[in-house]
Amino acid sequence: MVKCLQAEGVDTVFGYPGATICPFYDSLYDSDINSVLVRQEQNAAHAASGYARAKIKPGVCVATSGPGATNLITGIATAYMDSIPMVAITGQVRSDLLGSDSFQEADITGACEPFTKHSYLVKKTEDLPRVFKEAFHIAATGRPGPVLIDVPIDIQQNEIESFEYPETVEIKSYKPNTKGHIVQVKRAVELIKQAKRPLIVSGGGVLISGAKLKLQQFAEMTQIPVLSTMMGIGVMPSEHPLYLGMLGTHGRRCANKALHTTDLVIVCGARLGDRAIAAPDQMSENTTKIIHIDIDPAEIGKNVKVDIPIVGDMNHVMKKLIENIGDFKINDEWDAEVKDLKAHYQNKISTFDGYVEPRTLIGKLSSMLKSKAILCADVGQNQIWCANNFRIREGRFFTTGGMGTMGYSIPCAIGAKLGLKKRDVVVVCGDGSFQMSLNELSTIVQNNLNIKIIVMRNYRLGMVRELQDNLYNGRHAMTILNDSPDIVALAKAYGIDSAEVSSNEDAEKYINKIVESDKPFVLVCQVHPDTPSIL
Amino acid sequence: MKYTLSVLVENQAGVLSKVSGLFSRRGFNIDSLAVGVTADPTVSRITIVADGDEYVVEQLEKQLNKLIPVIKVKRLIDGEFISRELCLIKVHCAAAKRFEVIKIAELMNAKVVDVAVSTITLEYCETVEQISTLIDLVKPYGIREIVRTGTIAIDKGKASVQG
Repeated sequence: MVKCLQAEGVDTVFGYPGATICPFYDSLYDSDINSVLVRQEQNAAHAASGYARAKIKPGVCVATSGPGATNLITGIATAYMDSIPMVAITGQVRSDLLGSDSFQEADITGACEPFTKHSYLVKKTEDLPRVFKEAFHIAATGRPGPVLIDVPIDIQQNEIESFEYPETVEIKSYKPNTKGHIVQVKRAVELIKQAKRPLIVSGGGVLISGAKLKLQQFAEMTQIPVLSTMMGIGVMPSEHPLYLGMLGTHGRRCANKALHTTDLVIVCGARLGDRAIAAPDQMSENTTKIIHIDIDPAEIGKNVKVDIPIVGDMNHVMKKLIENIGDFKINDEWDAEVKDLKAHYQNKISTFDGYVEPRTLIGKLSSMLKSKAILCADVGQNQIWCANNFRIREGRFFTTGGMGTMGYSIPCAIGAKLGLKKRDVVVVCGDGSFQMSLNELSTIVQNNLNIKIIVMRNYRLGMVRELQDNLYNGRHAMTILNDSPDIVALAKAYGIDSAEVSSNEDAEKYINKIVESDKPFVLVCQVHPDTPSIL
Repeated sequence: MKYTLSVLVENQAGVLSKVSGLFSRRGFNIDSLAVGVTADPTVSRITIVADGDEYVVEQLEKQLNKLIPVIKVKRLIDGEFISRELCLIKVHCAAAKRFEVIKIAELMNAKVVDVAVSTITLEYCETVEQISTLIDLVKPYGIREIVRTGTIAIDKGKASVQG
């Protein structure tokens, strides 16, 4: 198994050992693969996700059978919803004990069925090279996703006569179509040329296929304005004149306004989930036409009715669009209207004295970091503040837009940092999400990772509290986090320097100082509980 | 609207649970599902009869196609395929009525496969419509048990489902 990982060029794995995965860990111990010990298995999967997104190749996580494996599930499900390439390896009880409810036995391939792209329960040691080869291939190609390999302990212990790693994969039933059909591309081009008010909606598929620069080029050639979904943030630099921001229930008003008046949407690598388009029927009822480009045919037409479907890899389809679009440019009226919209809906932010204003701070954060910085946002208000206010230049924005798993940001940052060591990696989370994965501060210290963590502390589960204000008569059932521990003292107990601030001025002062250091830091920002998610 | 799908899958452990899990997970309603090996022993064929509109059946096809062990999904076109279902019907039948039931069986081309003192069992291999006709005809005598295999289907003429 270790040789298989080496053959796949894996340099880092994230995991947590246990009895049934010990033979694998024992071999890993002698290898040159960096094995990172997390503090809970779920975070191994999130770290592998962060690594995968940073490196654009499958991340690997490992856990033991039973509880180790079931703890992985949330991380695997998160990767599935966010289309992250991942290979998860779990130990399993001895083959002859399978199905007998033996100690630490769980049917993990069965349990993960709805959240894995594919899974294997390995029955013969000789099958391991083929299974690993297939798993990495399936995880990384087509629409990426997690693949689970469950290996009983005796299969790990058996010796095989000779190790030969297959060079190619032959799966009769799996041949993802990556090349967009040229006829469809040409039909799309015709439709774009007829459109008076076209828009591009870009999603995570553009980033995962590495088509970011091609999409920018296409937008610039045609001057078509660009919106992004949450997973697509980073497709365009935030300050790009053609970029209108994130769409959807928590998106920017100018983006949503533009979407309401468009006559053609070019959807690129996005599935248009219910957070992006809350009322898809309205969209197809009016005269808006839709071109949908995605690698996964099942996403096309699932949420929104489509006029021209193009199944293919964004990179390939974008190239074909650029070749075929000619010198088409959008008309001046639409251009002017979009610019107006953008100027008109500048968010005015209200502030609270004696507190940090998180949106203003996040708006300035990027200028204090290197241009290629990676921001890992958690889930909740902090995620929306980051999505709408972080000004991406050449860097990346990692968050879980599909699954929305609290506690994602810290382990994700660990993976991202280990994948791209030279990048600035910053976490923004809330005090709720921080407490879901604060145990990983140990992993940060043990691996000397220079990760800066900004905790937006409002003593609330802010997003749910906001929901309660709007829909449940302000009854704050179980969303108050009073009596939580002193985070500064906690960070220091882990051996990480930390400070608490209650004004933007102080926060900026600290950030400017800590980015110079190569040590991790936890900056706790006091945020007023009434600070809203948007506007 | 009823749709008949022919699905070729790798003949390996766990495939049926992947396919059936998909139905409950995605909220598809299926009438029947029948599975058996094909001429190629590494490939099995699943015939699914599903109920739904065009959107539902298109989603069903696409989601099935996403499962890695699924080789091919083909929607069979109405009027262009032959379908059959095998059905065993055990009818309450005292000696006095036995002849009537046998007459119905003869009329419908069903086979009598078992006769006991108080029951008679018919074997019937036909379309779903014909099977429901037979069931209606014997219902007045009292049905003790029905076992059905689910529909299987094959294209008419040269057309076929190939991986």
